[in-house]
Parts: sequence; structure tokens; C-alpha cells
Amino acid sequence: MTASRKPVPKPTPDTQPFWDGTAAGELRVQRCAACSRHCFYPRPSCPACGSGELEWITASGRATLYSYVINHRPAPGFEDDGPYAIAVVELEEGVRMMTNIVGVEITPENLELDMPLQVVFEKRGDMHLPLFEPTGAGL
Amino acid sequence: MKDAVVIAGAAESDELGKLPHLSTLQLQLGSARNAMADAGLTKDDIDGVACVGSPIQIAHSLGITPAWLDGTGVGGSSFLFHVRHATAAIRAGLCHTVLITHGESGRSRVGAARMAMGPDSVLGQFELPYGVLGPTTTFTIPALRYMKETGLTHEQLAEVAVAQRRWANLNPRAAMRDLITVDDVFASRMVAYPFHLLECCLVTDGGGALIVTSEDRARALGTAKPLVHVLGTGESADAPIISQMEDFTSSKGFRLSSAAAFAEAGISHDDVDHVMIYDAFAHVPIYGLEDMGFLKRGEAGAFIAEGHTSPGGRLPLNTNGGGLSYTHTGMYGMFAIQEAVRQLRGEAAAQVPGAEISVVLGNGGMFASAATLVLAGHRG
Ligand SMILES: [Zn+2]
Repeated sequence: MTASRKPVPKPTPDTQPFWDGTAAGELRVQRCAACSRHCFYPRPSCPACGSGELEWITASGRATLYSYVINHRPAPGFEDDGPYAIAVVELEEGVRMMTNIVGVEITPENLELDMPLQVVFEKRGDMHLPLFEPTGAGL
Repeated sequence: MKDAVVIAGAAESDELGKLPHLSTLQLQLGSARNAMADAGLTKDDIDGVACVGSPIQIAHSLGITPAWLDGTGVGGSSFLFHVRHATAAIRAGLCHTVLITHGESGRSRVGAARMAMGPDSVLGQFELPYGVLGPTTTFTIPALRYMKETGLTHEQLAEVAVAQRRWANLNPRAAMRDLITVDDVFASRMVAYPFHLLECCLVTDGGGALIVTSEDRARALGTAKPLVHVLGTGESADAPIISQMEDFTSSKGFRLSSAAAFAEAGISHDDVDHVMIYDAFAHVPIYGLEDMGFLKRGEAGAFIAEGHTSPGGRLPLNTNGGGLSYTHTGMYGMFAIQEAVRQLRGEAAAQVPGAEISVVLGNGGMFASAATLVLAGHRG
């Protein structure tokens, strides 16, 4: 396949479980065995309580739209996308992550904060990225 | 009582704007020489050096033998951190007179550091793949959340740019001086909704430098300009990438650094005559006014729109025109300090009558680091 012009993430030992998850169609985040809180991005210890006992769990993939911009000045590789939404979503598990919103025409009217979203995975190079679409958009 | 520490010299580069004939290092060194001349000191009076990048290079180029170095590089707020660290070092006797210098070929990129982050960095794995392109696509993301939770309107966001242009209009060194309206802001190109071009900072070349020393040494050396006292300082951090900012409607770094600075200075908000808040984008002064405690949550948009931060208003803010209209090299914090010093010396282009206490809030990265300085024209 042709190499993506869009940036492709490169895993590190600490983040490999996350990217193994996206390749398997799962959105994985860490959960603290001591205080039960989740965290993201991958870390060696819980930022809430300091415990080193973090385990990887598979998130539900359900999220809400926390905030976003609609970018009109595309980054390299995004020239053909038209204005695109760079969003931060809040997972049901309580952690937030950056993503793109797909499956809907990107306008302020279509993107209401707190709207329900569902993860989908996009192959890019050898990696799979978690993107989010409005709940029900893929049905 | 702690030993009094002062800013005894402060100057910017001769030129600001588009300067392809000057390298990053030239801008740093030219600004440093201007600040030493402003203080009436020579390089042999300096025994401490701070900058973003290599203080070794700065010291060596100027022929300074440093007893203290600080290369803290946490974004545009770094120079406020340097003032804080220098103040502590001077009080601790680690050194006596510190040069803090900034120069950045932010627009022309002559001799500038490479900024790209690797695909295996935290940013490279968890933000760059989504098409972010620098601060316009990241620093801006919290704004819609703030607008939803507080009711800030698009008009009020635009009014920040309008208000600051009124100050720039009075400042011959400002890059953008023509008065603008909310309609002008709305008519400017959409960069990253909800931000139009006029709600985004300039990208320029330039520099500035400071000389920090003890009040006693400044008086013994006979420095040339009115002394500006460092009454209180604070520093903190939030998240290294914008998606992990703790609360998109309030900056933890702004809150903690300003609380520390106000407490150390022993002042209340009513004592403040003049404020500089790092304004990479139009929403940042709104967060700053609220997170520093000048206003309650959700009040700053209306406050600015009603003219209270404009010329003649009761809380003069970003009186050089700010990053939106004066200059923004990439690490703007140095210019915010410079304007506060000018105001407290009574030599600003748009002078606030009787300004005695100024508060400077610096941001680094995308709400990532923050530092606050309480400065005064007297010992406090
Ligand atoms: Zn925990």
C-alpha cells in the first residue's frame, strides 16, 4: 500500500498495548487497581493516587464531544479533507483524548458539545487510529 | 524581609517584525547588549545568564563568565520563570547580576531550532496524527467548551482583538495599528473555527532582554533607569498536550502561579494598576482575568467588551497591543515583561497614568506552563 502522507504514530514500549488494541479493533486505556480510576495517555503510575498497579482494560468506545476546532488550514496530508474537526472527546471511562470526528458533515451546527459519539478505527500505514463518529451514524 | 530584587535594565531588539537579515543568535545578543546599555552596565557586571536554548552560547558570545546558568525552556512563559529563578538565586547568593535574554526568528526562521516532534513522542502519537498544525489548532481547542459553559459569545471573543488594537493604535512600534471592529474580525479569514485570523497572534522576529540584580547592587553600581521591584512570583504547569488539560474552562497554571505571586507580594487585586496577559489567541486574556481572580468565572468577556481593559478603562490590559497586535515571536512572554517595565518606569508609548503595580501572566505551550510576576515601581 502507499505510505500515508498523514502523520503515522510510532509506538513506544509504554504505548504498545494501546496501539495493539486499536489494531485489534479495541480502544484500550489503563485502569488503576488501587483506586479504580482510568488514565490516558499511557503511564507507569496512576496520576491520581500514585499506585504502580495499572492494568489495561478495553473501553466501551462510547464518548461525548468535549470540545473541538474546525481547522481551515490543513496540516500536511489533510489537504483533500476539506475543513476537518480536531476534537477532544471524553470517554465513558472518564478520560479524554484527541481525535477527529468522522461520519458527519463537519459544520458547527452538526457538532454540538456533549453529543454522543462512538469509536471507529481508521487504518493509516501499519497503524490504526481511533476516530469518533456520532452514535448511530454508521448504522 | 527578603532582600529586594529589581529589574535594573530592560530593552527590546532595535527592530521587530520581519527580519530575515538577523539570526536567532543575533536577536538574542543584540537585545542583551541593549538591556546592558539600558542599565548602564557592561558584560563584566554580569555573572548569571538565562535564556531558552543555550545560556552557554549567550555567555560565551558576549564574553561573560557565568557563575549561574538557567536554560529553563517551557515555552513563551520561560522568561518569567527566569526572573523568578534569578530572584531566588540572587537572594541565595548564587550570583549577583543576571542577564535574561530572548531572541527568536519566529517568522523568518533564520538560525532557528527545529521544532518538529518525533512520531514516537507523546504529541506525535496522540495529537499529531489528527492533523494538528501548531498552536492555531491546539491552543484554540478549549474555547468552545468555555463558550458553552459560560455563555461567552463570538462577539465577545472578537472584542478582545478590538480592545487590544485600541492600545496598539497608540503605540508606534506595534505591527498592527489600524482600529478594527467586531465586523472586521468576523470578516477576516477563518483559521480554526471559532477563531478568525484577527483573533490569532502575529508571527514575527524580534527579541528582548532584562538585567536582574539586588536593589543594593543596582544602587551601588549606579544603574541608569528607575528600578522595577520584583514583589512576588509564581510558577506552575498543567498538561504537556492540550487534550490532557485538566479543565478546558480554566488554566490550572494560571490559577496556581498567580495565587503564589499575589501571596508573596502581599497585594490584593484592587492594588493592581496594570496587567499583561499572554495573548497568543483571543480567549487567553479571558481565562487569565478570571484565573488570576480579577473577575469571576464567565465575567471576562463582557468586561472586555464593555471597554474596561481598553484605554481609559479601569483595568488597563495588554497596553502594548499584545501578541495580537504588537508582536509575537513565538515566545511572547519577554515582551509582556518589557511593557510592564515601561509602564512602571513611566516610559510606555500608551502610558497608564500613575501605574505603580503591574502583574504579568505568562503562558507556555498550550496552557502547559504558566508563571506570574508582580512588579512595582517601589519596594512594596
Ligand atoms: Zn490510582
